[in-house]
Amino acid sequence: MNSPNGGPAPIKPNQPAQAAKPRLAVFKFASCDGCQLALLDAEDELLALAGQVEIAYFVEASRRTLAGPYDVSLVEGAITTPEEAERIQEVRRQSRYLIAIGACATAGGIQALRNWHDIDDFIQAVYAHPAYIDTLATATPISDHVQVDFELRGCPINKYQLLAVLTALLVGRQPSVPTYSVCVECKRRGTTCITVAQGVPCLGPVTQAGCGAICPAYRRGCYGCYGPTEAPNMDALGQRFLAMGAAPAEIVRLFRTFNGYADAFRLAGDKLEEMDRTSVQRRG
Amino acid sequence: MTTQTTTRREIKVDYLARVEGEGALNIVTEDGAITHLELRIFEPPRFFEAFLRGRSYLEAPDITARICGICPVAYQMSAIHAMEKIVRLTVSPEIRALRRLYYCAEWIQSHALHVYLLHAPDFLGCDSAIAMAAKPELRPTVERGLRMKQIGNQLLAIIGGREVHPITPCVGGFYRAPARSELRALRDALQWGLDAAVETVAWTASLVWPDFVPDYEFVALSHPTEYPMNEGRVVSSKGLDIPVEQFERYFEEEHLAHTNALHAQRIGGGSYFVGPLARVNLNLDKLSPAAQAALRQTGLTFPNYNPFASIVARSLELVHAFEEAIQLIDAYEPPRPSRLPVQPRAGDGGHITEAPRGMLYHRYRIGSDGLIQNAHIWAPTSQNLKRMEDDLRAFVPQVLALPLEKATWQCEQLIRNYDPCISCATHFLKMNIKRQ
Repeated sequence: MNSPNGGPAPIKPNQPAQAAKPRLAVFKFASCDGCQLALLDAEDELLALAGQVEIAYFVEASRRTLAGPYDVSLVEGAITTPEEAERIQEVRRQSRYLIAIGACATAGGIQALRNWHDIDDFIQAVYAHPAYIDTLATATPISDHVQVDFELRGCPINKYQLLAVLTALLVGRQPSVPTYSVCVECKRRGTTCITVAQGVPCLGPVTQAGCGAICPAYRRGCYGCYGPTEAPNMDALGQRFLAMGAAPAEIVRLFRTFNGYADAFRLAGDKLEEMDRTSVQRRG
Repeated sequence: MTTQTTTRREIKVDYLARVEGEGALNIVTEDGAITHLELRIFEPPRFFEAFLRGRSYLEAPDITARICGICPVAYQMSAIHAMEKIVRLTVSPEIRALRRLYYCAEWIQSHALHVYLLHAPDFLGCDSAIAMAAKPELRPTVERGLRMKQIGNQLLAIIGGREVHPITPCVGGFYRAPARSELRALRDALQWGLDAAVETVAWTASLVWPDFVPDYEFVALSHPTEYPMNEGRVVSSKGLDIPVEQFERYFEEEHLAHTNALHAQRIGGGSYFVGPLARVNLNLDKLSPAAQAALRQTGLTFPNYNPFASIVARSLELVHAFEEAIQLIDAYEPPRPSRLPVQPRAGDGGHITEAPRGMLYHRYRIGSDGLIQNAHIWAPTSQNLKRMEDDLRAFVPQVLALPLEKATWQCEQLIRNYDPCISCATHFLKMNIKRQ
């Protein structure tokens, strides 16, 4: 496959395929590399993992790449270019079990901030020569393009969650991660509620656990790295922030960061922005 | 022998391995002359400067951290310093010291990652550190590197809350400063790390690399009393010495049509070299005592103009970072308050800190409401890109006689000398690919 912007053929091996251990692959789309780094940051487990699986395709770590198919593929990043939209299809075809890792792959991540703007304005504003730019108008999660077998949330992901998911797959068990809110992690840590006690806006009640509730423990409000929980009460939280004196625009910005394009956060932010606009018009 | 056919050779790497991000290499020679040379970046554009517009100045550290998962601390630090300049805030000596400790942690994890997992395999003919670890004689070396990296990450997590995209640094200081006991608990590990780093210098200095000594202009920060991290003047090996505020008078970044590459260069002076080799060469007398002693043991001469020696420079900085981290922990007084109150103020300001890969420049304009109106970010790798291409142009003739696979590998290794972070370099730029 020749991609339009000259990216590589997607899964191009330089070694012949050989069967044995389960084959692990790591693919990158638009991202900061921070989630695939979780594998290399598993300093105690990396060599053991390399003994259990064949690391068949992991370009950040090895210049040797093996041909697909792969038993497990970790996919980092959002889909932001025509080449990426094509390449993810090939990754899916080559992958038995596909895991989207991190906020970019599961919700479009920070790249999805472009989805609220006219991409041509962005290009005009930022680039000396807009004609060189080849990009899609939106940044979208992997699941908008192909079937995803498991999603691991986070900006960045938690390396222990990644290891738990890989371990489950290695022993033939369906992986799972907690879907409750950050509040549960705060209670477990014994952290006093920062919103109640200090009046600091915190997304903990509507954000999925996984980080270990580090922000409230470190005296700041949660900013939603792990995306919305299954049934978040966004309206109630937004009202609470307003009652605490936060400006609507400030709350919109809080909803609209690294998981801003995830449904619940997106709808809540858009609604608040619309309300604010209408009230400004009424006042004006 | 008479023949009319030209000898055409092509060095081609579709997807550069062991670098952060997506890049490719394509070099064509005919009869020994380079007819085409391209270090292609196909990492997609990531519009960070546009995303920053309209956001609060207080959000810049969290947003810019997402440019790079390997060096988020550097982005946080450059953003925070720039914002504090704009709002005219000077932090306490205790906050300043904690920032330096925090930066040491990032240098340790990032340098250990590069030296052991990304760069060393080239010198040893291995595809990866995992392949190195499969050899019994090299496994202890890989384990040493992983342990050093882990200690850096542990220090980073104590101060920042987590290793990747840490959550505590903010304009004004830190949301929370660690207790003395939390840092002291890591002291033995850091002492082990210091010894391991000294061994790393001896080990990397014993590696074999090609003779290759271009005429570089090294550029780095320089500080009167410290090895440069958060502050300093911009100096170069060709006599430049300017305050950070004048950076854009001497350096320019171009979106060039003929190469379709982002090129930072000295105005009127061509490419330049940032990163550990530049820092060590320009700040030899500021290296910590243990780093200076380790350097003397190597028998290598510094300033050193061979880019392959950057693995030694990175190792020397590992020694420095471990040694300074221990000193900072021994002298640590938790800043009280950990975070100074800040008020927005309309203005414009820029700052450079030394990311693991070299100078990282941020400039912002904010309004009186604290919202960002404009942002400019120069990543270290985008500053080195033009230099990497110049290196390849000079290096290719000397490897043409080698078998293609070996020549290709050496060109890759040459690029990896710079520890390029292509994800960073494309925070705003996309290179279009010229088709022939």
